[in-house]
Amino acid sequence: MASTTDGFMMPLVAEEAAGFWEGTAAGELRMQACSSCGTLRFPPRPMCPRCRSTERHWQAVSSSATVWSFVVPHPPLLPAYQAVSPYAVAVVALDEDPRLRLVGNLLDTPDGGIGQVDPASVKIGEAVDAVFVTLHGDNGSQVTVPRWLRRHAS
Amino acid sequence: MTRSSVFRDATVIAGVASTPFAKHLEPSEAELACTAIVAACADAGIDPSEVDALCSYTMEETEEVEIARNIGCGDVTFFSQVGYGGGAGCGTVGHAAMAVATGQAEVAVAWRSRKRGSGPRPWTNTTSPLQTPAQWTRPFGLLRPVDEIAMLTRRYMHEYGATRDHLANVAMAVRRHANLNPAAIMHDRPMTREDYMSARWISEPLCLYDNCLETDGALACVVVAADRAPDLPHPAVYVHAFAQGLPPEHQTMVNYFCDDPLTGPAWACAKRLWANADFGPADVDVLQIYDAFSPLVLLSLEGYGFCKRGEAAGLTENGNLEFDRGKHPVNTSGGGLSEAYVHGFNLIVEGVRQMRGTSTAQVEGAETCLVTSGEGVPTSALLLRR
Repeated sequence: MASTTDGFMMPLVAEEAAGFWEGTAAGELRMQACSSCGTLRFPPRPMCPRCRSTERHWQAVSSSATVWSFVVPHPPLLPAYQAVSPYAVAVVALDEDPRLRLVGNLLDTPDGGIGQVDPASVKIGEAVDAVFVTLHGDNGSQVTVPRWLRRHAS
Repeated sequence: MTRSSVFRDATVIAGVASTPFAKHLEPSEAELACTAIVAACADAGIDPSEVDALCSYTMEETEEVEIARNIGCGDVTFFSQVGYGGGAGCGTVGHAAMAVATGQAEVAVAWRSRKRGSGPRPWTNTTSPLQTPAQWTRPFGLLRPVDEIAMLTRRYMHEYGATRDHLANVAMAVRRHANLNPAAIMHDRPMTREDYMSARWISEPLCLYDNCLETDGALACVVVAADRAPDLPHPAVYVHAFAQGLPPEHQTMVNYFCDDPLTGPAWACAKRLWANADFGPADVDVLQIYDAFSPLVLLSLEGYGFCKRGEAAGLTENGNLEFDRGKHPVNTSGGGLSEAYVHGFNLIVEGVRQMRGTSTAQVEGAETCLVTSGEGVPTSALLLRR
């Protein structure tokens, strides 16, 4: 498994999810959509559970979301994460369809890291917008991940 | 005869056993497994050579072949492994009972052996590539099972007004039961509310005492046909009903990607379980609820229908979870939080003790027991009765 040059885990850019990561690299949030019935689904998978079509495409969605829940991990943690703990990690629900939820980190400024936000200031229901941050792997790979910029930074 | 009535009360748990529990035990997992299985056979008064079905978890490291050639089985004619970690426990006994009830075997053993105390924490493994759903969660620092369940817990607290006091009620009730059980790791360690509230955070909103123990140990039980009940050394404990549950669009521990993440596998499992049973939640005398984390008890009380959605916090109050003063006595041996964490198998063995009347926190006159496996993963449950 690839790590970033500063020791964080890198997402696997698996074939089924490639369109998601192509989207983030282009600065866009894209969800897998059923080409037959139009239902958006996440995480990506080969078949639509509603109409059973395997025809699928990637569709840009609004990058606005709200915090659905969050946790604040404390040690023991993997070393890179322990170094920035306690940090907040959230589930955000997309405004496009609040049943589409992603796990991610919150930011106060677009250039912040995982540990930037004061966890005590985070509130369920607060508004966030996706920003796109490129991670550099220790094997030379790159992945751009969404992070979630708080609309009313603390 | 309906199909579910073919299974109902057709089998009994004839024998149970466990090794000692400790942070570290010297014997290997294989040796502990075989020791527990042979002891469970002795408890049932059945020679291990009669064992012809073997059921365990996919995460169990000691495979059927290893068990059979150690305990001296003859021909083994049924074997199955149930998936999804702590969701598997009741499933292993359910599969054993189905094998006996359908004539695939005569003497079925279910077991779990685990050196989780001595071994590495599974979440520290970073060598294998992240598959779905871990690739969507772990890079962002949602690393451990406790983080994954804490996410559901905070949302639950937000929606329904549950507080840390309610989680403390669970941890303290279970600890009190462990204090009565000499085999429990926390036997000598009482816990006050202040102890709970001042414990260090592991993943806010969960603290140290919301987490199960890291334990070495093994347990086993022996299932035979109910017509053998009169010949058994102990009162027979009937496997009344059994179910597994995997709800729509479920994503194991990170079940955030579905219509309603707080309606977990327990809800799917419960529908089938109660449909297969002659009685309902109001008739259950004692509960063994999977407690790798204390909030799973709240979610399970709701999933299995002991209260309405969002009302479980109230069930933790006024000693209601305690064996001698509550309507819903929970985890009477100390559970995963305070007896031992062996993937929930100790809950099954304690359920049998309650039905035999031999628990160290015996619920007076208990005749029915619900045992559940891990909520938050594809799960399983058993209804036992005297």
